[in-house]
Amino acid sequence: MKKLLAVLLTAALAMGTMTGCGSNGGEGDKPTLNVYNWGEYISDGTDGTLDTIAAFEEEFGVNVQYDMFSTNEEMYTKLKSGSVSYDVIIPSDYMISRMIKEDMLEKLNMENIPNSQYVMDQFKTPDYDPTGEYSVPYTWGTVGLIYNTTMVEEIPDSWDALWDERYKDNILMFSNSRDAFGIAEKLLGYSQNTTDEAEIRACADLLKQQKDVLQTYVMDEIFDKMEIGEAAVAPYYAGDAVTMISENPDLGFVVPKEGSNVFIDAMCIPKGSPNKELAEQFINFMCETEIGVANIEKICYSTPLTNVYDALPDETKNNPIIYPSDEVLANCESFVNLPDETNLLIQDLWNEIIAE
Amino acid sequence: MKSNKSIFASVPYLIWMAIFILVPLGMVLVFAFTSREGGFTFDNILGIGKYARVFLKSINLSVIATLICLVLAFPIAYMMSKMSEVAQRTVLMLLMLPMWMSFLLRTYAWMTLLEREGLINKFLGLFGIGPFTMINTQGAVVLGMVYNFLPFMIMPLHSIMVKIDKSVIEAAQDLGANGFHVLVRVLIPLSLPGIITGITMVFVPSVSTFIISRMLGGGKNILIGDLIEQQFLGSVYNPNVGSAMSLVLMVIILIIMGIINHFDDEEMEGMLI
Repeated sequence: MKKLLAVLLTAALAMGTMTGCGSNGGEGDKPTLNVYNWGEYISDGTDGTLDTIAAFEEEFGVNVQYDMFSTNEEMYTKLKSGSVSYDVIIPSDYMISRMIKEDMLEKLNMENIPNSQYVMDQFKTPDYDPTGEYSVPYTWGTVGLIYNTTMVEEIPDSWDALWDERYKDNILMFSNSRDAFGIAEKLLGYSQNTTDEAEIRACADLLKQQKDVLQTYVMDEIFDKMEIGEAAVAPYYAGDAVTMISENPDLGFVVPKEGSNVFIDAMCIPKGSPNKELAEQFINFMCETEIGVANIEKICYSTPLTNVYDALPDETKNNPIIYPSDEVLANCESFVNLPDETNLLIQDLWNEIIAE
Repeated sequence: MKSNKSIFASVPYLIWMAIFILVPLGMVLVFAFTSREGGFTFDNILGIGKYARVFLKSINLSVIATLICLVLAFPIAYMMSKMSEVAQRTVLMLLMLPMWMSFLLRTYAWMTLLEREGLINKFLGLFGIGPFTMINTQGAVVLGMVYNFLPFMIMPLHSIMVKIDKSVIEAAQDLGANGFHVLVRVLIPLSLPGIITGITMVFVPSVSTFIISRMLGGGKNILIGDLIEQQFLGSVYNPNVGSAMSLVLMVIILIIMGIINHFDDEEMEGMLI
């Protein structure tokens, strides 16, 4: 047993040094800033856009090591394992509240981030970070229904379109349990952050009924399938909906009347960052008007910053999909982290739904 | 002395095996029998009963896929074994060619072929036929398995068939065996080791696949691989239940393989007598 442990430890050490080499690959003795963001979620110089990372490197004389993740859980698992060290991370709302709870984030020194004054009022003290001390929002967006006008009988305005017999086999649904339950919860008028077991079980029953009319459970594939007209209606993200509608004008997007989920991705500094001050400068830099506009124009999501919003072209500002009215937003909730037992209950019920 | 040296030569592999096979297997075992709080429990394993239907469906679809592979691969492999060496190498090369492309990409390509607005339906539509529902069916999942794993059936069959002495077949023919008898009494028994290897190499990846069923099967054809994946990459990280599922799947595969190998041994003995 001891030998086994020794082998394991050696392997772990070896891995550690390997990744260490990777991230210290910078030139000279310039400090290196390690940034961890979603894939394709920044203006990086492709397609003639502004290379925001290069601009930061030049202005501050540093190297930026930029890595990408594809899910919040992946980012969380990597940080939790302690095998990586990042200075700036950009997770979503519920993950931020979980990391605050688990003491994984540094409080930000807002004196180093003067641009945080531009954060819109509704994002200053969000549910996931009630004191607003741990994060500066990067982008936000809503989840809504995307539909194909040539395939639906009337423009849907409710989540029940995803249960509509008339669109049998033409309905797509989220395959992630939290997102799928979120839709059922809104349809039944519950909070998307409910921890009430009876409410969650009622949602599971509703999701079971949906299986009959469903074409399939998917996530990112919704983008392709809706664009080519493979399905009539599906839940999806507002930012991507704009891109999809520009590709296929038959598509439309609506935030259902029952309300929906509004997600916020925000910049944070994980505990143990070796360059905290530089990290704060990076966060501040991302909130500069010019940089912020470049990012938003590239990724099509909504900005939480007034300075960036004001500088956007009118066409973008007046797009109700990207910037829905206050009445629509008043109906929306953002996810907070749920207690372990609720998460497990949801996953367990979800297993049963998909296994049926 | 010589055997001692060969033990040293195998040390690198033994270390590799220990770190990347034995340790992970041990961890699966530990996780499967621990609760989230860390105590010993049977709950994870006992809870698997709920998913019996998914297990059965996975086994059912992979058995069908394996049989189709066998029926398709056997004549191809036999024909190949009779070709000239250059031709054999060329055909093997052609068989391998699709594998140079990512497995994910090949399966994704089937998705665009089979969709209702996909290429096949569009083509048939030109003649006023269809559209047919092909994607999100069990048939599409089996098709994906056959397509992706067929080479793994052909190759072991071919490598065993080239070793069959032609004179054995000629002898059978000389003694009056017709084509059917040569196949059943000579060819199949002599290729049996290849058949067993082929079945293993097709059945095992088929029964545990999750990409094929997710892309081609839709939400109504969830296989056990999908369910396991959900425990690790879904919204809740639940390695205990995930490991329990993997463990049960492993045991099922072991039992099935045991039965098939046993059958192999018996056949061999029967042949000697």
